[in-house]
Amino acid sequence: MFKVINGCSRLSSYANKCTNKAKVFPNSKCLASFTKRDYSSSLDMSIGLSDEVKEFQLLALDFAKKELEPNMQKWDEQGHFPVDVIKRSANLGFGGLYCDEKYGGTGLSRLATSVIFEALSTGCVSTTAYISIHNMVAWMVDSFGNEEQRKKWLPSLTAMEKLSSYCLTEPGSGSDAAALITSAKKDGDNYILNGSKSFISGASVSDVYLVMVRTGGEGPKGISTLLVENNTPGLTFGKSEVKLGWKSQPTGIVNFEDCVVPVENRIGPEGSGFKIAMKGLNGGRINISSTSLGGAQKSFEHARDHLSVRKAFGKELIHNQYLQYRMAEMATKITSSRFLVRQAAQAMDEKHQNAPALCAMAKLHATDNCFDVCNSALQMFGGYGYLCEYPVQQFVRDVRVNQILEGTNEIMRLVIARDTLY
Amino acid sequence: TMARVLVGVKRVIDYAVKIRVKPDKSGVVTEGVKHSMNPFDEIAVEEAIRLKEKKFATEVIAVTCGPTQSQETLRTALAMGADRGIHVEIPADDYVKTGPLQISKIFAKLAEQEKANLIILGKQAIDGDNNQTAQMTAAVLDWAQGTFASELKLEGEKLTVVREVDGGLETIDLKMPAVVSADLRLNEPRYATLPNIMKAKKKKVAKLTAKDLGVDLASSIEILEVADPPQRLAGIKVENTEELVGKLKEAGLV
Repeated sequence: MFKVINGCSRLSSYANKCTNKAKVFPNSKCLASFTKRDYSSSLDMSIGLSDEVKEFQLLALDFAKKELEPNMQKWDEQGHFPVDVIKRSANLGFGGLYCDEKYGGTGLSRLATSVIFEALSTGCVSTTAYISIHNMVAWMVDSFGNEEQRKKWLPSLTAMEKLSSYCLTEPGSGSDAAALITSAKKDGDNYILNGSKSFISGASVSDVYLVMVRTGGEGPKGISTLLVENNTPGLTFGKSEVKLGWKSQPTGIVNFEDCVVPVENRIGPEGSGFKIAMKGLNGGRINISSTSLGGAQKSFEHARDHLSVRKAFGKELIHNQYLQYRMAEMATKITSSRFLVRQAAQAMDEKHQNAPALCAMAKLHATDNCFDVCNSALQMFGGYGYLCEYPVQQFVRDVRVNQILEGTNEIMRLVIARDTLY
Repeated sequence: TMARVLVGVKRVIDYAVKIRVKPDKSGVVTEGVKHSMNPFDEIAVEEAIRLKEKKFATEVIAVTCGPTQSQETLRTALAMGADRGIHVEIPADDYVKTGPLQISKIFAKLAEQEKANLIILGKQAIDGDNNQTAQMTAAVLDWAQGTFASELKLEGEKLTVVREVDGGLETIDLKMPAVVSADLRLNEPRYATLPNIMKAKKKKVAKLTAKDLGVDLASSIEILEVADPPQRLAGIKVENTEELVGKLKEAGLV
């Protein structure tokens, strides 16, 4: 083995990993016992993938290990939005993963996108989630915008020169999205916006806001899509919410008070907003499920490492049959979630008519199961699991919201029931 | 003159993996283990690509020797920016017995075939830790060599190499053609980008055998046994210098 010298961060990070463990478990010899890390198993995230997608995965894992993982806890503690790292990911093509290559997108499939978000999430779930939301907005402009709009907005979005947020939910309507009341009244060549959007990821830091507004009558058919730039007069933000997780990105209320937005910023015809929103959510559900997968995978690995060094009653915990069975259940939850998410992603790529319901199933199954895995992994650490010094508690907090947003898991049941029963 | 660069890349067990020795002590477990490009080879590829970007090199050819899986490493090199690849296929059984001497002969033959005038290799592979291939390649070709490079500058026919040596840094001028071995601080390798990974699929990869190059893979070295280093034993604490000297004398060390 060669010497580790401070100059090379990738090689020295391995040494630091061992030192930290020794600090925390004074009795463990971290190099002594063998763990299955880096040896292939059924939890291998590359199973079933093509050679090319495997390479994408390796790149994303490398980026996660080098840029995200070392900072995950610090960003959480400090509530720091790592805009520089996020923008750096765009240099690798992460800014418009499933946007057309014509205006700077990477042109990947939903499956490859899912694999990438899963890999990035092993480094930081919260930051990856923000990147995925930005990607969804870029895709909406790419898919539903006209040629001028695509030419105007996409190059800066895919390069992440401009960051974007998605605004659908309001203080008065979440699950009942079609009941939104933010209004956009036509005034010559402009719309005048009035209303508020809540729980907006990236509020106040994003440059572009894709907003679902009411231009017509009640219900879904009266909703349209507008792009609103930051610093437009009449656009203000509430204070950043203090959240249980996702602390590396600001979340808050976005207010519109007689906010003037040009008609040319409308994506798609009037009344097409709800359809755009629903189409975007299918992909969004795959993306968010993917972040749960990465968090669960990493939590499992942390738990496995811990069980192989922590001793009780004369032997390492990894030899305890109950814990072995618990870990087996957790591994199965991860893998079943992974296969379902990837299959749903593939259904989207094939434009399968049942794709939306499959995405709902994948989201329901993956987010619930992966939260269980992270939570169980926390339990494996005993008292240490409760300390913020250890990363598993952050994975628990960061994946918990995935059972709520992009459509609550209750709404997922509604979608699945409608699809399978009627 | 512009350089035509040959870069050697090797697929090795990832540096972060905890190595396991096979129960029959014939080697280490490689089945199902995470592999990646030798870190020093990544640095070599990066340097070659930088030469091309600065217009000091016309073409970067990545070469790997080994069984089928070695192609993964070539793809990584292509995704980083190498122009094309050459896979010298060596079946797994023969590959176990292949060492720097055989590899250096292969590189030498390829350099002649491809009319390369600069070979950049990693200073050593993290599995063998031999630190011989670059030196042997230069010897077979009778080319100049600049090993442990932490800096590289090409000006016409002159290659200036700053070498990291025990005493500090040594700067030498080489006349092309030359072999350079990359050390840790030569550069920080770039990530491949997603678009480049996709473009790499279209780049040409030629497949050859050692026989095609007229190189005999026979080795005069035979691995007898691979074993774990002895377990580190606990030490003892002594109270003072006298006790320390006493203990050392007891152990017959002074």
